[in-house]
Amino acid sequence: MSSPLVAPPVVKSKSLHCPNCGGPVQLRGFGHALTVVCQQCLTVLDATTPELKILQHVQEKYRVKPLIALGQRGKIGGTTWEVIGFQARTVYDEGTAYTWYEYLLFNPYKGFRYLTEYDGHWNFVTALEPQPVRKAAGGRGAVVMDGHTFRHFSGAEAQTTFVLGEFPWRVKMGDKVVADDFIDPPLVLSSETTDDEITWSRGEYTPGSEIWKTFSLQGSPPPPKGIYLNQPSPYGKGSMWRTFWLLVLALLLVVMFFAAMNHGVVVFQKTYSFSTADKGEPSLVTPIFEIKGHGAMELNIGTSLANDWAYFNFALINDDTGEALDFGREVSYYYGSDSDGSWSEGGRSSSIYIPALPAGHYYLRIEPEMEAKDGNRLRGDWVNNMNYTITLRHGVTNATWYWIAGLLLLIPPIFSAMRRKSFETRRWMQSDYPPVRSGGGD
Amino acid sequence: MSSPTSNCPNCGAPVQFRWSSAVQTACPFCKSIIVRTDLVLENVGKIADLPPDPSPIQLLTEGVYRGDKFQVTGRLVYEYENGSWNEWHIVFSKGASGWLSDAQLQFAISFMVNPKEAVPSQDHVSRGKHVQFGGTDYEVSTLTVAMYKGFEGELPFPYYGKSDMLFADLRTSGKSFGTLDYSENPPLLFLGEWVDYDELQLKNVRQFEGWA
Repeated sequence: MSSPLVAPPVVKSKSLHCPNCGGPVQLRGFGHALTVVCQQCLTVLDATTPELKILQHVQEKYRVKPLIALGQRGKIGGTTWEVIGFQARTVYDEGTAYTWYEYLLFNPYKGFRYLTEYDGHWNFVTALEPQPVRKAAGGRGAVVMDGHTFRHFSGAEAQTTFVLGEFPWRVKMGDKVVADDFIDPPLVLSSETTDDEITWSRGEYTPGSEIWKTFSLQGSPPPPKGIYLNQPSPYGKGSMWRTFWLLVLALLLVVMFFAAMNHGVVVFQKTYSFSTADKGEPSLVTPIFEIKGHGAMELNIGTSLANDWAYFNFALINDDTGEALDFGREVSYYYGSDSDGSWSEGGRSSSIYIPALPAGHYYLRIEPEMEAKDGNRLRGDWVNNMNYTITLRHGVTNATWYWIAGLLLLIPPIFSAMRRKSFETRRWMQSDYPPVRSGGGD
Repeated sequence: MSSPTSNCPNCGAPVQFRWSSAVQTACPFCKSIIVRTDLVLENVGKIADLPPDPSPIQLLTEGVYRGDKFQVTGRLVYEYENGSWNEWHIVFSKGASGWLSDAQLQFAISFMVNPKEAVPSQDHVSRGKHVQFGGTDYEVSTLTVAMYKGFEGELPFPYYGKSDMLFADLRTSGKSFGTLDYSENPPLLFLGEWVDYDELQLKNVRQFEGWA
């Protein structure tokens, strides 16, 4: 039913001559160009006129040599792109000129892309048809695109300060636009605003080495200077405090888990009474108990002290070898109320951590001390007493070690978070919103 | 079913409509613009030579959109101060008619829509204005005055004798877009979305020197 396909002739690229210097002008864009610039004499020509009408004469002193020559081809994302245009754009800020360079890439099927370069930092840029949604974030501008929030970084009037090759739009030196950048590294959304329209593009940070490989360029790319606005941080994304608190929370959970799992086994428990009025040796020995296997121990002293103190001398003695471990602990508990309300200090009980000892039969020698104070001083029958319970658990976990290990584990992330923070600070120093330096006085 | 064939009302040469619902075509011999009303063909003018064009698309290019195959049957060409663009008329395998636009190799697919909502008149359309169609919010991003340079192939409606015409570009925050064509009254509304060249899986595209 359909007529045979008649393939039209292959579309050819055009070679013309510059009306100013007579040199060859090659049109690589198959008729997409509106403007073409003579590579020999830099004259800006109207590519839509057959005779290449002269639009602007440009002095040789403005010439900039592109790092990637016009006509070079390279493959990005599976598509071959040819460099067909080059322009320099400059922002003047308080007497300083900041210039970046744009390489126009062309593929006759896929259209146009850009490579931008500033101080050794490269971006692969695609024009955007959708209009990003504007919103405010933290008192400054932002736009949202595909679920990403891009924060306004800077905005300035940019001027075209050099053009070479061809462009599918009308361009000449001195053209001005307001250029704004919104970042979500490694991405940047850029808008260019003129009186008539606002156009958007999306750039992705690309290392210079990749550009060199793509276009098979000689030598090495210019080393990047400073931190570029959408350069990805080598220390990752996000707020350092969020990471920090997540780690602390994780650590807390780990410690709580082990603490809950490791109450240990009670190997000895007994309640005693003590009185300063007791005659004879104040110390006592417990019955022998067995400690099976390796593991730390926790000795808990629970007392009936009230606004009083007691000191306990302990010796944990190995009945098999006679070796003794001596230690002591003060327990004090005071409470009351004053004009600020009720208060208390210390506690009725106390725990002592005992490192792992060899398995075997053990007993405790306990020698409490108290200050005799109740009773009648004149009668000389000062006395003081208490009840106390000794509990010895075997196989406990000392949470302290987990905390210390955890804190050590936190050092690298904290260090990296600090470096990340410092990287972000240096990035934003270049923006319209330089961070206030901390420690600069109150 | 064979494609309807008739004779050119101007020169008598056979004129074939590749697509049975085509309304406008050009006589391949005398270049008359032929508009079909019922089964009568009417000669309404002469076509102009189209400017050379670097689009990879041509008549009979085939592609796929949302799983449905289409073929390019016609083309409208516009020119404005910053270049030219093509609206390729595409016909889907089930007979639906749509448009594949190519503006400096930015591609989009759209369909003519009769909206329930009111369309702003030419005097009431301005940059930044918001309009809603089918629950989607569109912003008028650009107003373009363009010249209708002509057509080739087959069109789904009569479209000739136009010169300067106003277009309003409608954008959203996503892939959806629209165009208001003020060359007719009421204006024509086209709604659709931006597409990537690759996703259309185009076949029978043009060849370019040095780009095998």
